[in-house]
Amino acid sequence: MTEFDQLYREVILDHYKNPRGHGTIEDADAEAEGQNPLCGDEVSIYVAFGEDGETVEDVKFSGRGCAISQAATSMLMEMSKGRTASELAELDKDELLEEIGVPLTPVRLKCAMLGLTTLKVALHKAKGTPLPEGLAGFDELDLI
Amino acid sequence: MKALDARALRKDFPIFEQEIHGKPLAFLDSAASSQKPRQMLEAMDRFYETSYANVHRGVYELAERATEALELSRERMRAFVNAPSAREIIFVRNATEALNLVAYAWGLWNLEPGDLVVVTELEHHSNFVPWQFIASKRGAELRLLPLTEDGELDLSGLDDLAREGNVKVVATNLVSNSLGTINPVDRLVAWAHEQGAIFVCDAAQAAPHMRVDVQALGVDFLALSGHKVCGPSGIGVLWGRTELLQKMEPFLTGGHMISSVRADRTTWGELPHKFEAGTAPMAEAVGLAAAVDYVEAAGLEAIEAYEHELAAYALGRLAEIPGITLYGPPADRRAGIVSFNLADVHPHDVAQILDLQGVAIRAGHHCCQPLMQKLGVAATNRASFYLYTVREEIDQLVEGLHAVRKVFA
Repeated sequence: MTEFDQLYREVILDHYKNPRGHGTIEDADAEAEGQNPLCGDEVSIYVAFGEDGETVEDVKFSGRGCAISQAATSMLMEMSKGRTASELAELDKDELLEEIGVPLTPVRLKCAMLGLTTLKVALHKAKGTPLPEGLAGFDELDLI
Repeated sequence: MKALDARALRKDFPIFEQEIHGKPLAFLDSAASSQKPRQMLEAMDRFYETSYANVHRGVYELAERATEALELSRERMRAFVNAPSAREIIFVRNATEALNLVAYAWGLWNLEPGDLVVVTELEHHSNFVPWQFIASKRGAELRLLPLTEDGELDLSGLDDLAREGNVKVVATNLVSNSLGTINPVDRLVAWAHEQGAIFVCDAAQAAPHMRVDVQALGVDFLALSGHKVCGPSGIGVLWGRTELLQKMEPFLTGGHMISSVRADRTTWGELPHKFEAGTAPMAEAVGLAAAVDYVEAAGLEAIEAYEHELAAYALGRLAEIPGITLYGPPADRRAGIVSFNLADVHPHDVAQILDLQGVAIRAGHHCCQPLMQKLGVAATNRASFYLYTVREEIDQLVEGLHAVRKVFA
């Protein structure tokens, strides 16, 4: 397998071409917008909680950008449903990286983390909890 | 005119003596920064090894040698841009710092509420953001000259613009870093001077590729970056007219730029020192002088002609690729820069797959977000050429793009 076959392995391209949870949620309980000015990736994430106000009942994203950013966000949508807001707000990035399953250079890591960071910002904003270190200072998120 | 022999020149650049990901290096990102010839690297080494000491202060032999080397480099850069006097050559970090110097040291003191500062939709952020920032600080207004569909400046609205207010600054690039467009600076300079405005020329992208003559251009300030002209990083040049520079307050203050310092008052040094606070980039200046020696020996006219050829060749080859969109003017009205998109594949993905095949291009907004908004895209791919670029590199790019298509088929 060549290197780019590895990086753009089938599952990444599948998520990129057929993104899961693509769309918007009207009157979402939590939402945020993230941007990666390096390559112009943009992601908006919308979350609807269940009756307990905590479990993620539905989560969707819209945006445009490179295959890595969009595929990673699509995978994140699948990982998020049914989990609690507090759990996701602290989600270890390695869990998503494992799912992506390809080695990423530092630059592409920013692409891959855009969705997760945006989701965390949305959840912390909705719950009124302070943004964790590294995200502090981001509202309309600018990763770089 | 002696034709350019890129294949021979290429041997002077040690960076090409390696493979990237097991492939020959096709370096198509010279618009971001150029590679370095051995002659320039050796000049810097020699300076550090034989003549290094701080300039202008010591009275010992080495300090005198270093001072002489710095001032010879200044004279070399005067000749390079055909300035009337070496006192008008100010060494700065890069074109960005040069443009900030003018925005702060001229704009902050001369712009008034209601004045107009005119830039273009083609500007690099370095000749856009400083003016936007200083204009808003002074209550002046920023106006953007629009682009035509071809990616060339649309000058039809100049008369209307002149009626809208007091135009004080016109700031444009000579060559666009993003589309390669060669701008009609002569017409804009004439118009700016009719309005009583100063003309600030960003020549960062022009200086490596064509003869830049400040007197022929008629501009008031001109900025360039050394690292794009085969020089080291960390040095650039601001040229300005003596009469303007003399009236200006300093930009950075501190050591070296003073005439006398008292507890209650400091007076400024003479040109160019007034604008060169702190220890000068001495070795970098020596490197830059060697770099322009190298570039001029190859011949700026020959470089320009060769890049037109390469741009025409690249535009032709890229047009063969299904799904490609090419941006910017025809080859004869652009420098060696080609911007494109491949179907809906994001430029970052394009650039990454190309990298794995040894092809280095730039993907992104090229510090031109207003232009990207105008083109209606988030980013583009950009391949750019220089005097060491050979056609095989463009062929390697084209093959690489076919591989991108396969991955995203």
